[in-house]
Amino acid sequence: MRRTLRTMTILLGLALFVAVPPAVDAGGSPALLGLANRILIYAIAAVSLDLIIGYGAMVSFGHAMFFGLGGYTVGIVAYHTFGGEPLLGWSGTNAALIVWPLALLVCALIALVVGALTLRTSGVQFIMITLAFAQMVFFVLVSLQIYGGDDGLMLERRNQLPLIDLAGPQTFYYLCLALLVAWTAICALIVNSRFGLVLQALRQSERRAINLGIRPFPFRLAAFVISAVGTGLAGVLWANYARFVTPDMAAWSKSGEFMAIVVLGGLGTLLGPIAGTAVFIALEQLLSAWTEHWMIVMGPVLTLVALFGRRGIAGRLFGGRRD
Amino acid sequence: MILLIEQVLNGLQYGAMLFMLASGLTLIFGIMGVINLTHGSLYMVGAYCAASAVLQSGSFLVGIAAALAGAGLYAVVIELAVVQWLYRRDHLYQVLATLGLILFTNEAVSLIFGRRPPLMDIPPFLQGSVTVLPGLDYPLMRLAFIGVGGLVAVGLWLLVNHTRLGMLVRAGADDREMVSALGVDIRRLYTLVFGLGGLLCGLAGVMAAPLLAVEIGMGERVLITTFVVIVIGGVGSIRGALVGALLVGMVDGLGRAYLPQGLQMLLPPSVADTLSAGLVSASIYVLMAIVLLVRPLGLLPARS
Repeated sequence: MRRTLRTMTILLGLALFVAVPPAVDAGGSPALLGLANRILIYAIAAVSLDLIIGYGAMVSFGHAMFFGLGGYTVGIVAYHTFGGEPLLGWSGTNAALIVWPLALLVCALIALVVGALTLRTSGVQFIMITLAFAQMVFFVLVSLQIYGGDDGLMLERRNQLPLIDLAGPQTFYYLCLALLVAWTAICALIVNSRFGLVLQALRQSERRAINLGIRPFPFRLAAFVISAVGTGLAGVLWANYARFVTPDMAAWSKSGEFMAIVVLGGLGTLLGPIAGTAVFIALEQLLSAWTEHWMIVMGPVLTLVALFGRRGIAGRLFGGRRD
Repeated sequence: MILLIEQVLNGLQYGAMLFMLASGLTLIFGIMGVINLTHGSLYMVGAYCAASAVLQSGSFLVGIAAALAGAGLYAVVIELAVVQWLYRRDHLYQVLATLGLILFTNEAVSLIFGRRPPLMDIPPFLQGSVTVLPGLDYPLMRLAFIGVGGLVAVGLWLLVNHTRLGMLVRAGADDREMVSALGVDIRRLYTLVFGLGGLLCGLAGVMAAPLLAVEIGMGERVLITTFVVIVIGGVGSIRGALVGALLVGMVDGLGRAYLPQGLQMLLPPSVADTLSAGLVSASIYVLMAIVLLVRPLGLLPARS
């Protein structure tokens, strides 16, 4: 019964996302497409973060750094491609098939280093040291004067894919949707694989898992890197969507936002955070349209979610973990 | 040499402020196990209360009273309304709930006190500077700040080690159930400790208000640094908070003075300037990363 309900919900959600562009064509507000697109991009980051918080109990308070790094890689390559001088002798390219994997590689390498250092700690120390690394990235981005410093960097145009024209808002939207679906499917496969089961075993009882002959570190590090790559992908898409990157992408408040979205949606459900993103961003949009002091409502909403929303929106439906 | 001493004094002053915030935060964490992100907001509330009270009354003493009352009361309200439900919850929820409170407090403060940040002058009896060494005049206000920091450190040591309340606090940190079973109202003790943390934030706020810009967001910046301090020092330990605060203060003060000079010798000036600005801001995080790599629990953890 729950299984059918679950499948129905997934199909309904997917249908809603697919239906947005035709609805906008049929006379809906064009702003709706932008809103839905932002939801898709943030959802990729939220699903990635859920992978480590929900399944691995690694509460990263610095995931925005990968969002920022992914975005800035795209921005910096674009800056050197259009106008700027060559970057270390490379004149740059606008091909998404080169730039995007490059951005993801940057995120993976940095996540490898950061993860190797931070995963020596756990609990509150882990939360704080991930935050500290994100702050380092933030301050480095702010100090990059040639790339705009505080003000950030404008992108001339979106990256190019063969056969697909990303300049069209609807095409770009469907690409984001396809990537979200693909990434969520990959994460679901990971979670249900032996690797994912080990990760969850480590969350439930590290001691028992160790006694079964598991070394925690490589599993946690691999999960951290995978999650960082997903968040980096969201950053890449955001840079292409907004054609604008700023250090704020890596700000600590952004990390908090991602965390709030995951909890709101339901920890350890993968699909929950997508619903969480939709609710969070829609709420943000509604409240900020209603009053400029919208934070006075949004803040308490987050607090209430933390106090009462133990299983999130989708926890009950998708069988997330209890705390 | 003069520059070095001046930077050491600057580092001490910054360290004193960080200690006032970090000691409360580390007590709250050590005893209740709560990550309290609103600690920075309490500091901001203290600074705003002080600045507007001084503006209305013209008296620095009234400012101090207003800051202590404002931050202390707000802390107690927060504890009763939200934080007391978080004691046994996962850190994730504590972070999220108090993050929501930060957003709320920022907006509420800007609604109550207005968008334009209030200015606060240095009180007349603390204006001017003192000749510390021949050739080195140092502002009296900053010296007073260092002095207050020292007093707080001594006061907290006395309070924790030589009073009944301190004994309960130490016992509560060790074993909550046992203290409760011995007939101590642990709930009230927690509220009290949280209020004490609020008072210290208020004190830091009123001392910092004449020196720094009083503005929305001042709390978050210092909050993250405060977390760096307690993580370096060892979470839950007041001695650790003191060591961490001084270390971070010094690294920041000396880094600001010597890092640009050092880089200018190695790199062309235009690159050196932008890079050093970033590196100075990042230096304390580098310090924290190094400390955690060598000692994952911090320099002086409360329990080993």
